[in-house]
Amino acid sequence: MAHSVDRAHSFSPHHEYGHNGHHDLESLRTFGFWIFLITDCILFGTLFATYMVLHGNTNGGPTPEELFEMPGVIAETFILLTSSFTSGLAVLAMNRGNRKGLIGWLAVTALLGASFIALEVTEFAHMVQDGATIGTSAFLSAFYTLVGTHGLHVSLGLVWMTALIIQLARYGITPVTKRKVNVIGLYWHFLDVVWIFVFTIVYLMGVMQP
Amino acid sequence: MMQHSGHSNGTERSPVESNGAHGSHGSLKSYVTGFVLSIVLTIIPLVVVLNGLLAGTAAVVVLLGTAVLQFAVQLVYFMHLKEEEKPRYNFMTLILGLVILVTIVAGSIWIMTYNQVAH
Repeated sequence: MAHSVDRAHSFSPHHEYGHNGHHDLESLRTFGFWIFLITDCILFGTLFATYMVLHGNTNGGPTPEELFEMPGVIAETFILLTSSFTSGLAVLAMNRGNRKGLIGWLAVTALLGASFIALEVTEFAHMVQDGATIGTSAFLSAFYTLVGTHGLHVSLGLVWMTALIIQLARYGITPVTKRKVNVIGLYWHFLDVVWIFVFTIVYLMGVMQP
Repeated sequence: MMQHSGHSNGTERSPVESNGAHGSHGSLKSYVTGFVLSIVLTIIPLVVVLNGLLAGTAAVVVLLGTAVLQFAVQLVYFMHLKEEEKPRYNFMTLILGLVILVTIVAGSIWIMTYNQVAH
């Protein structure tokens, strides 16, 4: 569907008349995405609540302070923070009409996102190897569900960003691709916000002295 | 919608502007400010926890405080929520969402922690 929309508009990005109607449609779509983000916030809220209730129920398995290895987590945090910034730089490049800059910064953002995912998968694999699986305890079930859902969001964002880079290379900066870049920018900042809370509530509070 | 918010700065929107020929919102300065602030707000709780500077409630307050501040930084400097045009639908939706979020999180924690049937 996204594809056919693209084709319809990609050849007339600069038409003057009727532009406002089009403009409003695109901002309405951005608003629709904003509403999705809010509901996604609520989804993460329920997972956070579950985690906060269950994090003490370790069932004889490893506790948060035994399990978490902070260096990797700190690296993940700064990588994601930086990628949130670079996705902003992509939007700035787009507003200047700089397609190469836009694609370049999006690619940097996607690479940072991919290294975040790589670190997280390594971390999970390490934990499972040590016998801390999703079935070990209520704490670990809640942990993998919460952190895994975030990781899944980031992975989905990577696929989406790659598709968008291809579209930008083919169609250039049109009102439609512009809206798509704005939307993925919002999504990426949102994932950074969620990670800040994962970092704070799961990891920092997990290793903190009681 | 927010991303078009820059138009509120100018009274009329010229065709050039709406075609995105020049930056309509968000400056490099606002992104750099946001980035620096978010790094500082990440390092503060990190130092507090790793050096064991605070413990118990004080630490939790600092940790959650910096996280919420960082949320605000992302909203203002990266998502440009403050620059939104007059009927501030994005902002209103956000507030509604936050009310639902806080109700669900606080309510669930309260019910599941203090009202368990089986122990």
